[in-house]
Amino acid sequence: MSTGQRRLDIEEIGGVTVARFVDKKILDETNIQNIGNQLFALVDEDGRKKIVLDFSIVEYLSSAALGKLITMDKKVKAAKAKLRLCAIRPEIYEVFEITRLNKIFDIKSTQEEALDGM
Amino acid sequence: MAVHEQFEVSIPSTAEAGQALLERIAGKIETLESFSPHDAFGIRLALDEAIVNAIKHGNGFSPDKTVRVKCLIEDQLLQVEIEDQGPGFCLEDVPDPTEEENLDRPCGRGIMLMRSFMSNIEYSPTGNRVLLEKRPGVRMQ
Repeated sequence: MSTGQRRLDIEEIGGVTVARFVDKKILDETNIQNIGNQLFALVDEDGRKKIVLDFSIVEYLSSAALGKLITMDKKVKAAKAKLRLCAIRPEIYEVFEITRLNKIFDIKSTQEEALDGM
Repeated sequence: MAVHEQFEVSIPSTAEAGQALLERIAGKIETLESFSPHDAFGIRLALDEAIVNAIKHGNGFSPDKTVRVKCLIEDQLLQVEIEDQGPGFCLEDVPDPTEEENLDRPCGRGIMLMRSFMSNIEYSPTGNRVLLEKRPGVRMQ
């Protein structure tokens, strides 16, 4: 169930679901729960098969938020869907590198690049 | 050495109180020229992890438990001690999240991020108190 305040802007571009985060800081526990619920609903309820997560507005991201992304990645793989991350700022990308999560996610520099060949 | 801020507080085990404390410290650091924007980014991230750990994993959001915080902000040093009233934990029991078999586990990255962005972190033997220190430009790992 996707409950709580909407934390993602959803747009369909050429058959691909683009989800943009609306928060600059993804640190607050309640926000992270809401983000997780809305992300999971894209796969579990809507059955979307091609998803791009756009991080262009995100300035901070906690480990709890990373946990939601990992769970999302598992759901996407189980549903044989595709997930790409894009427009991640260098500081945030460093967090992915430190935790080696850049190895499990398909990360592109721009949204255009992420949409290409989806 | 100019002391910009020094305080000791006890906060309730709520996410809101944790975010307000984070803003008080990280917001102050962001006004100081001695800490770069990259330092400030790492401090906000590491402090968030430590505060959330104390409130959520330590105290379990219990209304009967508080988190005690001591903070010192100088030009060349940030020192924050965070103590919860939980049972503590053993640092050695936390699996390395970057090991191949743990990469897809959704938890266990907070301590790694704290170590990575701060200059020093030390846990008490009981595991319910952590000291975080940051000197401009200095990272632990």
